[in-house]
Amino acid sequence: MNVLIYIESENGAPKKSALEAVAYGAEIAKGQVVALASSDTATADLGNYGADKVLQFAVSGKLEASQVAELVAQAAEAQNAEVVIFAKSILNDLAAPMVGIKLGASVASNVIEKPDFSKGFVVKRSVFSGKAFTEVALNNAKKVLTIKKNAVAMTEKGKTAAVESFSPAITASPVQIKETTQKTGDILLTDADIVVSGGRGLKGPEHWGMIEELAKTLHAATGCSKPVSDMDWRPHHEHVGQTGIKVSPNLYVAVGISGAIQHLAGVSSSKTIVVINKDADAPFFKAADYGIVGDAFDIIPKLTEALKKAM
Amino acid sequence: MKILICISHVPDTNAKIPFKDGKPDLAGLTFVIAPYDDFALARAVELRDQTAGKLTVLCVGKAETEATIRKALAIGADDAIRVDAEPTDAFFVATQIADIAKKNQYDMILTGRESSDYNGGQVHGMVAAMLGIPCVVPCMKLDLNGNVATMYREIEGGKEVVQLPTPFVAGCQEPIAEWKIPNMRGIMTAKSKPLQVVQPVGVTVATQVASYEVPAPRGNCKMIDAGNVAHLVEMLKSEAKVI
Ligand SMILES: Cc1cc2nc3c(=O)[nH]c(=O)nc-3n(C[C@H](O)[C@H](O)[C@H](O)COP(=O)(O)OP(=O)(O)OC[C@H]3O[C@@H](n4cnc5c(N)ncnc54)[C@H](O)[C@@H]3O)c2cc1C
Repeated sequence: MNVLIYIESENGAPKKSALEAVAYGAEIAKGQVVALASSDTATADLGNYGADKVLQFAVSGKLEASQVAELVAQAAEAQNAEVVIFAKSILNDLAAPMVGIKLGASVASNVIEKPDFSKGFVVKRSVFSGKAFTEVALNNAKKVLTIKKNAVAMTEKGKTAAVESFSPAITASPVQIKETTQKTGDILLTDADIVVSGGRGLKGPEHWGMIEELAKTLHAATGCSKPVSDMDWRPHHEHVGQTGIKVSPNLYVAVGISGAIQHLAGVSSSKTIVVINKDADAPFFKAADYGIVGDAFDIIPKLTEALKKAM
Repeated sequence: MKILICISHVPDTNAKIPFKDGKPDLAGLTFVIAPYDDFALARAVELRDQTAGKLTVLCVGKAETEATIRKALAIGADDAIRVDAEPTDAFFVATQIADIAKKNQYDMILTGRESSDYNGGQVHGMVAAMLGIPCVVPCMKLDLNGNVATMYREIEGGKEVVQLPTPFVAGCQEPIAEWKIPNMRGIMTAKSKPLQVVQPVGVTVATQVASYEVPAPRGNCKMIDAGNVAHLVEMLKSEAKVI
């Protein structure tokens, strides 16, 4: 069984989530592990995390999900890949179901563990916005998976991947990008190992400096609750929860967030949760591993100081 | 404009999901239009008004979904189609939507970014691939000028402004429009709006739920004294090992 992994890259390097997808592919492949990456992506890490081969395609500009789907489906056919793996991302979440249709494959999104092969090809995924998990049997001969962060431990294999070039036939898309606004240099919420989020308890956008300072100290991304993005204190792409971004970092720090069920839906699969809230009865404490009852304006600067000393 | 809005019928997001015999036991819960779909519906109603078009709401589900469909009619859809089947997986649902779309040639098909029950986020992409039309997700703003749509699309860490002609599929999220609450007149007229029930087209079963599991509850939250934040740092280092 060959496995194909689509690699998203940033500034010429594979995204960390893409390397996790390679590690996942290497764990489950019974044949070749093939990584599909743009020709300006460095290949050393792809081999190191388990790719036998890197297929390189030439890029000109940003690909639409439908174009990624064409590219990936053609590569999967050329490589006889039975399983196609994507790391969860906005673009990949759309490309994966499109590849599924092109290949006649079973598709599963938000996969959180390696498949169970004892009953066929069964994957575990989160449902009801993190309130439950389900095991899903994928019946078709081909499978397409999008995996969540931390679905597999990353082990270095120390391989060197063979590099081959690949020239897919890609159709022009009717979608024209007119303008892009993106903060660069920040750690992306979905990629981050640590996330620091602020809620309405912070009282106004002018108080985010201390959240950003804490995040910087922890090498964390910043997030927020829905009312905070609704009121435009923070941009929408930082909004975490049921109707925002779902994160599964190693550490989630919630400051001045009450812990409504819809917020928890976006964070409950975090490994460790720290809650700082002045109300000892805030529901978030019930979903947390560590808690401090106190005023964020007092605690956050002290915590940042303590971390600076300790790190 | 002929607009199709696809909605899913899901438990209220405030609900805890009870489990019985290893399956979700949804019988006692309140059901709603999935929140992302509700945003899409709100914008669809506005675009229908702006273009003096027609808005059809589609739901794949058994008879119990009709109250949810009527709510969409009360909010402003003109008519409804219910595909009489359990929405077993994304491929099944997408196949039904694509079949109806082929017969009716909509200018735009709106869905939510993902449902709040199975969180698949696949239906819009599958429908677009089946119909061979473009798909924009997550769509946070959608304006029409003739048959050209201008949208804001969220990307990691920002957004893009994109333009494309109809027909297309868009998977929507806030702040595309404010959720709309049906008014009394809406509720009254919804009762007499047409709701057509159609039989599903046959589909091979691509995925099957084998079992469910409820996440293990977190251990008790360890409370740390507000005067001793250094203790939290120690715990994160030596116990949780996350920093
Ligand atoms: C369909 C639906 C979908 C939703 N989706 C989402 C979603 O995706 N994400 C989301 O976040 N919400 C979502 N919500 C909203 C959710 O129900 C809550 O309203 C929201 O999460 C509350 O945000 P908050 O905790 O920031 O604000 P609040 O509930 O107002 O809580 C503020 C907290 O700050 C604390 N506080 C105040 N001052 C201080 C201080 N000085 N120091 C420390 N603590 C302080 C307070 O004790 C309180 O606990 C959704 C709601 C619905 C109905």
